[in-house]
This record gives sequence, structure tokens and C-alpha cells, in this order.
Amino acid sequence: MPQVTYIEHDGTEHRIALEAGKSVMQGAVDNAIPGIDADCGGECACATCHVYVDEAWLAQCGTPGEQEASMLSFAATAAPNSRLSCQITMSPALDGLIVRMPEAQH
Amino acid sequence: MSQDGPGRNQAGQDQAGIVIAGAGHAGGSVVAFLRQYGWKGRITLVGEEPLLPYQRPPLSKAWLKREATADNLALRPARFYEQQRIETRLGTRVTAIDRAAREVHLADGGTLPYDRLVLATGASPRRLGLPGAEMSGVLALRSAADADALAAVLEPGRRLAIIGGGYIGLEVAASARALGAEAVVIEREARVLARVAGTDLSAMIEARHRAEGVEVLLDAAVEGIEGEAGAAQAVRLRDGRRIACDAVLVGIGAMPNEALAVECGLEAGGGITVDLAARTSDPLIYAIGDCTRRPLPLYGREARLESVPNAIEQAKQAAADICGRPPPVPEVPWFWSDQYDLRLQIAGLAFDPAEAVLRGSPEDGSFAVFHLAADHRVLAVEAVNAPADFMAGRILVAKARQVAPGLLHDSAVPLKELAI
Ligand SMILES: Cc1cc2nc3c(=O)[nH]c(=O)nc-3n(C[C@H](O)[C@H](O)[C@H](O)COP(=O)(O)OP(=O)(O)OC[C@H]3O[C@@H](n4cnc5c(N)ncnc54)[C@H](O)[C@@H]3O)c2cc1C
Repeated sequence: MPQVTYIEHDGTEHRIALEAGKSVMQGAVDNAIPGIDADCGGECACATCHVYVDEAWLAQCGTPGEQEASMLSFAATAAPNSRLSCQITMSPALDGLIVRMPEAQH
Repeated sequence: MSQDGPGRNQAGQDQAGIVIAGAGHAGGSVVAFLRQYGWKGRITLVGEEPLLPYQRPPLSKAWLKREATADNLALRPARFYEQQRIETRLGTRVTAIDRAAREVHLADGGTLPYDRLVLATGASPRRLGLPGAEMSGVLALRSAADADALAAVLEPGRRLAIIGGGYIGLEVAASARALGAEAVVIEREARVLARVAGTDLSAMIEARHRAEGVEVLLDAAVEGIEGEAGAAQAVRLRDGRRIACDAVLVGIGAMPNEALAVECGLEAGGGITVDLAARTSDPLIYAIGDCTRRPLPLYGREARLESVPNAIEQAKQAAADICGRPPPVPEVPWFWSDQYDLRLQIAGLAFDPAEAVLRGSPEDGSFAVFHLAADHRVLAVEAVNAPADFMAGRILVAKARQVAPGLLHDSAVPLKELAI
């Protein structure tokens, strides 16, 4: 199964195996990884699953859709490598993905 | 509770720990936050439904259209509860709370002692107290079992009468059309979403449903359900009209499940009364989610909110208080709804609005309505396919910003600068 590493704001790392087809948000929620709130359950409606994608993985993750980009542009801590993790679907090509969490989602 | 309270530092299973009554969105969230915030003691989640906590929003949307699997619906996989040492008692309900003995009684005859009790019992669909309401084919929508019963009648050529033009009724109407079934929405008020949305949004949503082939009857009072051999066949209106149908969905709101709290003497009425740490009038008992009546600090009043974000916010409040953490920053209440290709996102609550300002154009299917107080403070925003306006509105509401209506109306003025 492809692996993802989540790095909390304080540097704590969590490496998990995430089934292809599941979102990077769901991986965090299912494995009790703090730092991703996902208030809307993955509907791209709330922007509380914001992550920074490691530069090496940016291209493989694709570009945010219109809805996601608008939501992200208002996240106080958004950066060029920001994504909503509910919109990144795990695939074999993303094996080894690294994402970092902002200090807070709200 | 202080940092060294029971369960904080010990992994012991000998103590009573925390009992949660109700394994829905709020109950399923609070157990996760308790572990995340460091509670090491025992946690027991008691749920009347036979399922692990799941999401209800898809029940009127993707699940109804058979686009979601049980896996998608579950809040978390079964292994989460094992790994996090959360004991689950599903398919049984808490029948009574003995505050003196600090224990709850279960329908299966058992009792569970508690150090802290969290009530997360949700709400139940309001019943149609009219003749014929007990017939078969008269449905409500709250649980996965309800959704399965509803899905079974949504087939091409069948006709669903929906009593109540609120969010659930309208979402079901949209899903019914997607499945090729016919839908008639019967609303008592002069517009759909009358209790929860402004007039512009109501008008736009109504027009869209009509364009999709939904019949919308307004100012329509229901007299009863008619049928044969105990099966519903029509809705009879007070003006004599008879709306023929194959099934009826009653979507006229929900009532808080507060009986447990009332019976043991907790302060309640239109929801269990809680503070911003989700504490009830008993310091050992918390209440979260749809069953509560909570303070709204941004608006200086109390209300009962029925939304996933509210359930999660209150789950955080309770878990933080139990674990001796500072309370989370109060959030702007918000909600979303999906109908056809329309994504509605609503932030804030338009109490006593003085003015509604439209931004964008409803004809293009992308717009937002900002509701302002007399002093131009932004109270709420209703956005349709306008996520940026929603996000901006949420920030403006949180900061209680006063904004000139002309600026909000002018789509050329970027809201980002006003908001951040
Ligand atoms: C069809 C539908 C669509 C929705 N769509 C949206 C949406 O798009 N966006 C949004 O934000 N919100 C939506 N909501 C609202 C949202 O689902 C609720 O606000 C949320 O589920 C509230 O969580 P809760 O835990 O308080 O209640 P619930 O999720 O209802 O959970 C309560 C649980 O407690 C159980 N219970 C009750 N009494 C007892 C007892 N005595 N002992 C043991 N167990 C008990 C119940 O059986 C239930 O399983 C929707 C709701 C429905 C029904």
C-alpha cells in the first residue's frame, strides 16, 4: 500500500499506509493524526483540512480545482504549496508523499 | 477538570471513565478528540443504532443516489475504535441517568458507571400529527435505515410527495430527480427554506427546483394522508386538493432528544442547556450536538443548531474541558447543502437583519447574499457556487466587520482585502 508521511506543526511525524483511492484527509482522520480537522467530511466545503505539500510532490498531486483554489485563497496561512487534503486522492504514484500541517485549521 | 484528574495520566481500566450516550456525529467526534487531547482512561460509546458513527449529510445526497458506499459513510473505520481503545456498545440505548450513583442504565439491562457523562443523543424527526401519518409509505429521514427505505421508493416513474420545503426535503427532491423519480414539495409557508434562508436564496432555489421538474406547492396546508389498506397514496391539502403519490417524505424539522436530561433534572427546554464548554447544569455531565441549546457569543443569544460543524465544535469544547485544555476559539456557525450542481454554503445567522446585499448574479448560478445589521455589521452570508464569497463572509462575520453595502455588492471589489 502507498505510504504517506504527515508532519505536524511541531515536527511530529506520522507515517501511514493509505489505500489508493482514499483521500489524504481520510488517512489522517482514520489514523487519529492531529492537525487535520475535516469539518465537512471531505466535501471541499470548509477548508479545515489544509496541508502544505512537500515541494518534491507538488507536481504529482496535480493542481487544485476552482472551488478548492477559492477556498484556499482565504486560508490565513495559505502558501503556494497549499492544498486541501480531502482533494488529494491516494494513488501508487503518490507512494512516499509528504505533507505538513499548518499551526491551526481555524 | 485539572491536568491530573481521573484518566488523565493513568491507563487504568478499573475506573469508570467517560461514557458517551449517542454514537452519531457528535459522539463519534468527541471520542476522537478525547484521545487526541490526551485522555488515557476508559471511554465507552453507547449508541442506539446498530452502526458505528457515520455521517448523515450524504443520506439525502450521495447515499440516496447510491453514489456512496457504507465505507464512505462511516466517520472512521472499525479498527480506529480498537486502536484507540474505545469500547462501543451499539444497538442499545441509555434509558436513564442516575446522577447520585453516577451511572447510566441501558436498555439491555446493564448499567455503566461514569466519571464524566457526555450526552450526544441528537434529534428526531418531528412527526406529522395528522390523520394517516401512521400509514406505510410515510417516511422520515434521519438514519441510514431511513435512507434505505426512502431509496427503495425512488425509482423512475414513482412519485414522492415531500412535506416540508426545508434543506432535507429539497435535497431529497433533487436526489429524486437525479434518480428519475417525480417529486412534489408541499410547503406551508409562502416560500421554501422560509425558516433558514433569506428571500433571495429561497426564490433562486425554488426556481431551480421548478426548472428541474419538481412541483413546488407553497402556502399549502396538509390535512392528512390518504391511502388504501394502510398504505399511503396521496396527500390531502386543506383546500381540498389531493396530491397523488407512491410515498410521502415528512421533512418538517427535528426535535432535540432531551428526555434523558429532563428526566434526571438537568436544565433543558428546546435543547439541553449548555455553556461554551458544553457543560450542562451538572458539572459531571456534558451535552453536544443537535440535542443542545447553546450560547452564540457572536450574537449574544442562545439557539439550537443542527449541523455537522456545530457537532464538531461542541465535541471539541467538551473534550477540551474534560482534558483540562483551554476552550477552543468560538466559531462562526456554518452549514452547507448540495442540490443539483448547486453548492450552498452559509455562514453566520441572520438575526434581525436590516439589509440584504446581493453580490454576483443568480441568473448565472453563482452569487452570494450578505445580511447586514443596521450598523452594517455583517451577520451572515449565503453563497451559492461562490466559495470565495463564503470564505470572505465567514471571516467578516467572525470579525464582526462593518462593511458598506456598496462595496459588498460590487463584484469588482475583491472581498479578500475587506476580510483579511
Ligand atoms: C438527511 C440529513 C442531511 C443532513 N445534511 C447536512 C449537511 O449537509 N450539512 C450539515 O452541516 N449538517 C447536515 N445534517 C445535520 C447533521 O447530520 C447533524 O447536525 C449531526 O448529525 C448532529 O450530530 P449529533 O451527534 O448531535 O446527532 P446524530 O448524528 O443524530 O446522532 C445521535 C445518535 O444518538 C443516538 N441516540 C439517541 N438517543 C440515544 C440514547 N438514549 N442512547 C443511545 N443512543 C441514543 C441516535 O440513535 C443517533 O445515532 C443533515 C442531517 C440529515 C438527517
